[in-house]
Amino acid sequence: MNVRTIRTIWLRELRSYANSPNAWVIAAIFLGLTGLAFALSVTGRYPEATIRGFLFGPIGPMGAFFLTILIAPALTMRLLAEEQKLGTMELLLTAPVRDIEIVLGKYLAALTILTGMYSLTIYFPLQLFFFGSPDVIPLLTGYVVLFLVGAVAVAVGMLGSALTANQIVSAIFSLAILLVLWLFSATAALGDPDHAWTDVVTFLAMSEHVRDMAFGVFDTRDIIYFLSLVVFFLFLTVRAVETRRWR
Amino acid sequence: MIEARGLTKFYGDFPAIEDVSFAAEPGEVIGFLGPNGAGKTTTMRIITGFTPPTAGTAVVAGHDVQEEPLDARASIGYLPETVPLYTDMTVREYLHYMGELRGMSKPRIRARVDDVFELCRLEEYTDSLVSKLSKGYRQRVGIAQAILHEPPVLVLDEPTIGIDPRQVVETRQIIRGLGGDHTVILSTHILPEVSMVCDRVLIIHEGRIVVMDTAERLSARLGGVSRVVMDVRGPRDQIQRALAAVDGVAEVTLSDAGGRQQFVVECAPSRDIRVELARAVADQGWGLVELRAMGLSLEEIFLRLTTEDEETAA
Repeated sequence: MNVRTIRTIWLRELRSYANSPNAWVIAAIFLGLTGLAFALSVTGRYPEATIRGFLFGPIGPMGAFFLTILIAPALTMRLLAEEQKLGTMELLLTAPVRDIEIVLGKYLAALTILTGMYSLTIYFPLQLFFFGSPDVIPLLTGYVVLFLVGAVAVAVGMLGSALTANQIVSAIFSLAILLVLWLFSATAALGDPDHAWTDVVTFLAMSEHVRDMAFGVFDTRDIIYFLSLVVFFLFLTVRAVETRRWR
Repeated sequence: MIEARGLTKFYGDFPAIEDVSFAAEPGEVIGFLGPNGAGKTTTMRIITGFTPPTAGTAVVAGHDVQEEPLDARASIGYLPETVPLYTDMTVREYLHYMGELRGMSKPRIRARVDDVFELCRLEEYTDSLVSKLSKGYRQRVGIAQAILHEPPVLVLDEPTIGIDPRQVVETRQIIRGLGGDHTVILSTHILPEVSMVCDRVLIIHEGRIVVMDTAERLSARLGGVSRVVMDVRGPRDQIQRALAAVDGVAEVTLSDAGGRQQFVVECAPSRDIRVELARAVADQGWGLVELRAMGLSLEEIFLRLTTEDEETAA
């Protein structure tokens, strides 16, 4: 793998994000809604000095976890789909560049943008320190697990973008996969609690793996779970790019 | 420099190309000629490593495109059929990006970008957004990125399609100028273009190479002196009959061009009967004003080859 090539592609995608309104609009929505969620959680009837309100939200779509799932496909849908539409994919695939370098460069660019949005929320915990005395550990692990959810969401988005030249189809496909991954546990709750599949489905659900870390419990199993998902979806993305050559 | 051996590509059950073999020497400009859907683009995509072949091998600058894809690709500059441009970049940014992807050093990119601006006559548009450029200038940017890293091999898929006639002429000059330093493969379905730009012609029809030769030899080999135009003063019908009576003449047609009597004599291929024709006229005492052999034009060669092929198939 050539780091310089990955860096070249990463920088181009970052510039492309900066020049298009998409990322800015998405960032505004993300910061607005999570800001509201955080404000409600610290000013409500039972205020607490944590970022859990920011992470989970009073309702799902206002929290950072679930919002990540909603915005990641919108951030990533362009990355590979547009190359196919413009025909520049042919250029990339005939340049002395490995498929995995293309995928990683673009993946890291989207993840950088998402991480940038997360870091703009740093004033939430800073306010907690200003007005109260929060536990430091749950703050740190909370941000770590949020980053991991983002890493998975962007990897899924890459796969969606690699499979089609249509950005809308790409976004819907990624969103569907992410919603299933996130909501697995809800379906499990409806089923027979003693059935073996219930355990499997619960284990696969992302929402089950964020809870411990959001409350400050650092578990390597959760980390491995998220990292395996990232590797799995990026592997599929590289494969999907390869199959582009056969069509 | 380029060697293709038995290239075959199936899309499902449909053979896009079958058993395509050819070799290109360094500095040669080879023209792929064929109707749309003949397999030109497929062949080029295999050579550039974009599409893997179903069977056969392609070796570019000593590197097999399947075995050593990165080395092979590094020695190729490629202009696909739809000029691939990032519309959100300026011409300069785009060329810098392409240079970096190909692993060129920063100073070399800067020097080469200025060179290709000049070579492709893009100086006025260096900082324009690609999306604002006209079709002809986009084509030039496409060529500029292909030659940026000074690759030994250039593959240009229909480089003059869809641009205005003046730009076509300029683009051809650019390509002609590239031969010598680069081995160039270009595809086209515009026949005169091949004889203007290429050293050798490779005619592809329905996925197979029909013929490969220089444009001049192609016309000589296929036609011989197949058609003679004669301008003769004298009684029209008698002349026509006398000419038709000469051994080896297939047909004599008369065309009145500007009041002159022009007889177009179709001869059996690969037989030169100009002396006999001249004697037939002179013996009768008619005035022979002009006698001129007409080789087949590329259009005719092309049609003859492709229709012959269909006849044998049927």
